Amino acid sequence: MRYSGFRVIKEALTGHKGWKPIWRNPEPQPAYDYVIVGGGGHGLATAYYLATTFRQARIAVLEKGWLGSGNIGRNTTIIRSNYLLPGNEPFYEFSMKLWENLEQEFNFNAMVSQRGILNLIHTDAQRDAYRRRGNAMILAGADAELLDREQVRAMYPWLNFDNARFPIKGGLVQRRAGTARHDGVAWGYARGADLAGVDLIQNCEVTGFRIENGTLKGVETSRGYIGAKKVGVAVAGSSGRVMAQAGMRLPIESHVLQAFVSEGLKPFIDGVITFGAGHFYVSQSDKGGLVFGGDIDGYNSYAQRGNMAVIEDVAQGGMALMPAIGRARLLRIWGGIMDMSMDGSPIIDRTPIQGLYLNAGWCYGGFKATPASGYAFAHLLATDRPHDTARAYRLDRFERGYPIDEKGMGATPNLH
Amino acid sequence: MLIPHPLLGLRDAEEFTYLGDASLLDRPDPHAPDAAQQFYEYQHLRDNPAGIHRELWFHEQGDRSWLIVTRNTLTHEILGAELARDAKGAKA
Repeated sequence: MRYSGFRVIKEALTGHKGWKPIWRNPEPQPAYDYVIVGGGGHGLATAYYLATTFRQARIAVLEKGWLGSGNIGRNTTIIRSNYLLPGNEPFYEFSMKLWENLEQEFNFNAMVSQRGILNLIHTDAQRDAYRRRGNAMILAGADAELLDREQVRAMYPWLNFDNARFPIKGGLVQRRAGTARHDGVAWGYARGADLAGVDLIQNCEVTGFRIENGTLKGVETSRGYIGAKKVGVAVAGSSGRVMAQAGMRLPIESHVLQAFVSEGLKPFIDGVITFGAGHFYVSQSDKGGLVFGGDIDGYNSYAQRGNMAVIEDVAQGGMALMPAIGRARLLRIWGGIMDMSMDGSPIIDRTPIQGLYLNAGWCYGGFKATPASGYAFAHLLATDRPHDTARAYRLDRFERGYPIDEKGMGATPNLH
Repeated sequence: MLIPHPLLGLRDAEEFTYLGDASLLDRPDPHAPDAAQQFYEYQHLRDNPAGIHRELWFHEQGDRSWLIVTRNTLTHEILGAELARDAKGAKA
């Protein structure tokens, strides 16, 4: 079933009797060519690109809960490609280009909205750093524009430009960046994968790996043993737990990141604003709620909820930047588990176990990477070679001394 | 979260700075033949357990002692705290 304006009108006139569930609910087969562990954004995107772009094969996605029940449904929906380092920026720009064509490609409304992202500048040093970043973005084919104070004021006149500690001196804007409907992304990929013949198996938790002589044979699950020629693990915050079942320790700690939504307000923020110095970023959803967040809580956690101190810190950051929101009430606060890597950058690589592949370490930036992560992981699974834009995301880069450390923080996951 | 400081009693976790897994106390021997491999593992690899976790907290806004806090990462329940120097001393 293809979605279209014509289809909506036809269904409206015939009592909406023609809509069907958009994916099957199949029983697991005894064996597959490819098993993807994790039915979140990255896992579903991997299955989608594997099935549609790379090869015809028997493919399954195993999800311990329901599809899209993890971070793909818990993030603040921002898409952007404003990174600095050569290991990162081409990859995220590849992702941005996939976002731009995503809805046409998988025929599903993911509400991709290129409303622009503005990173605020408060000091000369920051302006230099953002100029360098903007140039790095342009070199990688992305767009970037450095704004002075008055240009920022024209965009958002109600920001607090004269904060004593962090006066606004300008900004770096990427106009092609924006937001997307996070659940819609998961559903679109799930539907696309299902249509291409992928078995999406829910309520199926991987409880172990069957490994013989260093080669993977299959996975033990809560719904029985499933044989597999290749297994790709894309489980975000649970990476450490799942890979421990294969006897691996990862360069990853799991941390909690909180996100917030206010009550619905009339439209007044038409893009994404980041106030890095104040640990605060915000956009406004189409329903009117302010969607915002700040830093991770900073301690290891699998709890999917955080503590009050960070909530206060984020609220203070918001008030410092935009005092106008002071009377708005918070509707919802929630947390997600971030797979914080040792350099703040992800891993898409083989593992020492033949047939077992890992996609992890996305820290709190995995949503924007969803299309490229799926594409690159599918490329790796299908060809055993890394995708051109993901060559730096090796698992052994810490051992070899090639970290990709955007913030220059070293091996301290809670500071990335 | 309230951390039961062995000397100061219950203190708000906000007074502390978090470092990570208490295994960071067990610095490898730099003269070992496989020191490079050991330091790589020490610096970069983590058990990252879902459940009981022994971890280092620095009482930065307090008496500036390092604590080993035992905490459940699934619930944030804090099960105990000891001075890192006592734990380290007991081992040496």
